[in-house]
Amino acid sequence: MSIWWFVLWSLLKVLVVTVVLLMGVAYTVLLERKVVGRIQNRWGPSRVGPFGLLQPLVDGAKSFLKEDIIPTGVYKPLYLLAPILSLACALILISVVPFGNPDIALGGFHLFQISDVNIGLLVVLGVTSVGVYGIALAGWSSNNKYSLLGSLRSSAQLISYELALGLSLVGVVLRAGSLNLRVIVESQATHGLLSWNIFGGFQFIAFFVYLTAAYAETNRAPFDLPEAESELTAGYHTEYSSMKFAMFFMAEYANMINVGCVATLLFLGGWTSPFGDIFGLQQYPILAAILPLFWFVSKVFFFLFLYIWVRGTLPRFRYDQLMNFGWRWLLPVAILNIVGTSLWLALKQ
Amino acid sequence: MHLILFIIFAGLCLAGALNLLLQKHPINSALSLVVVMTSLAVLYLLLGAEFLAAAQIIVYAGAIMVLFTFVIMLLNAGREERTLGSRAAIAVGFPAVAVILAVIATVLVKAQGLGAASLSDGVTSTEDLSRVLFHELLLPFEVTSVLILIAILGAVALARKGHGEQEAGK
Repeated sequence: MSIWWFVLWSLLKVLVVTVVLLMGVAYTVLLERKVVGRIQNRWGPSRVGPFGLLQPLVDGAKSFLKEDIIPTGVYKPLYLLAPILSLACALILISVVPFGNPDIALGGFHLFQISDVNIGLLVVLGVTSVGVYGIALAGWSSNNKYSLLGSLRSSAQLISYELALGLSLVGVVLRAGSLNLRVIVESQATHGLLSWNIFGGFQFIAFFVYLTAAYAETNRAPFDLPEAESELTAGYHTEYSSMKFAMFFMAEYANMINVGCVATLLFLGGWTSPFGDIFGLQQYPILAAILPLFWFVSKVFFFLFLYIWVRGTLPRFRYDQLMNFGWRWLLPVAILNIVGTSLWLALKQ
Repeated sequence: MHLILFIIFAGLCLAGALNLLLQKHPINSALSLVVVMTSLAVLYLLLGAEFLAAAQIIVYAGAIMVLFTFVIMLLNAGREERTLGSRAAIAVGFPAVAVILAVIATVLVKAQGLGAASLSDGVTSTEDLSRVLFHELLLPFEVTSVLILIAILGAVALARKGHGEQEAGK
C-alpha cells in the first residue's frame, strides 16, 4: 500500500462523506419543516416535487442566486471569516466518527471511518470549542447591536454549557477506559441493547445532561437565545445574506447531525445492533457491512427527530434561567455522575 | 512527511506570533494568538503527544482565548495608539535582545543531535499521563489547582468589594 493510494482513498472518503453530510443537512431542514408543520397541524412544504422533496434543492439554488450584501459598517476580514469558520468546524467533526463497522476493510482501507484517532472524543470537544469563534466574530464584526448582543449571549452560553457537556462524557470514558470512539463503541457491543451505556452502563443521567448541554451548544430550542427573533431580530447573523447566511444555517444543522452522531456513539452503542447477534446475521458478509450503517443512521435519525420534536414543543428559556440551569443544575449533576460512576467501577473491581 | 508538516506549522506559528505583535487592533492580535496556539498543538501532535495537543486546543484556543475575545468585544476596545517607546526601553531593550539572540545562537551551534526531539519517555499516551499526574505528582497537582482556586476567589472578592461600596453609596 503506497502512500499515494492512501491519500487518494482518503480524499475519496472525505468527498463522499462530506457530500452525504451536506445532503443530510439539506434534508434535515426539510424534515424539520415537515415535522414542525405536522406538530402545528399544517402540511409544511408540499409544492416543489412530490411531498415537497425537492424543496431543499430549490432553497439552495435560491441562496446561491440571491444578492450578496456586505454592509458598509462591517469589519470585512472577520465578517468574511466568521461563516467559513462556523461551517468548517461543523464539517470537520464527521472525520473522526465511525459510522459503520470500522473493522470492515476493502484491500486494507477502512471503509466506514475517515480517520481512527486515539483521542477521538477530545477532537470532538476541541473542534466544538473552536466553533464558538464563528458566532462570536460574526456578531462583533457585523457592527450591529442586535448581532453583538446575540453573539455575546451565545459565547457566554457556549462556554457555560461546554463544561457540563465535557463532564457528562467522563462517565462513559471511565467505563470504556479509552478516548478512542471505536473502543468506546466496542465496549458497549457485547449484549446488544443491554450493554449500551444508557441502559446497561447506567449512564442515563449523563445522557440527559449531555443531550441538554448539546441542545444549548447547537443554539437550538429551547436554548435558542442567541437568535431569539422576538428580542434580537435574528441575533448574530442579522447582517448576513445570501450564501453567507446559508453557511451559518448549514453549520447549525450539521452540528445537529454531529450531536446525533456523538450521542449515538457514546450512549446508544454506535453501529451495533440493539439485538446483539441473536439472528446470526453477521455471517453474511454483505449484511455485516450494511446493517451497522443502517443502525447508525437510524439512531442518528432518532436524535434529529428528537431535536425537532423538542423545538416544536418547548418554549424558550429566559436568559437568567438558562445560566441558572447550566451552572446550578447540570454542572453539579454531571459531577455527581462522575463520582457515582467511579465509585461503582472501583467497587466492581 | 513529518518534516514538511513541521515546517508548515512552525512557519504558521511564527507568522502568527509576528502578526500578534504588529496588528493594531486587539481582536486581530487575539486571533493571531489563537493561530499560534493551534499550530503549537499540531507540533505537539507531530511529537506524539496527543493528549497535550487536545488539551492545548480545548483549554487555550477554545476556552481562554474565547474569554479574551469576549472581553475585547465587551469593552469594544479601539485601535491601539502607536508610540515610539521611551528612551530607557530602547537603551535596555536592544542590548537585551542581542544577548538573548547570542545565547540562543551559541546553544544552537554547540548542540548535538538537533531534530531528534521527542516526548516518548513513556508519558505520551493519555493513560500514562494521568498515571503520572494522579500517582507520582498528585500533591503538586492538587496544590496547583488550589492555587488557581485562590486566584479565582481573590478576583471575585476584589470585584465584589467595589460592588459593595457602590451599594453602600446608594
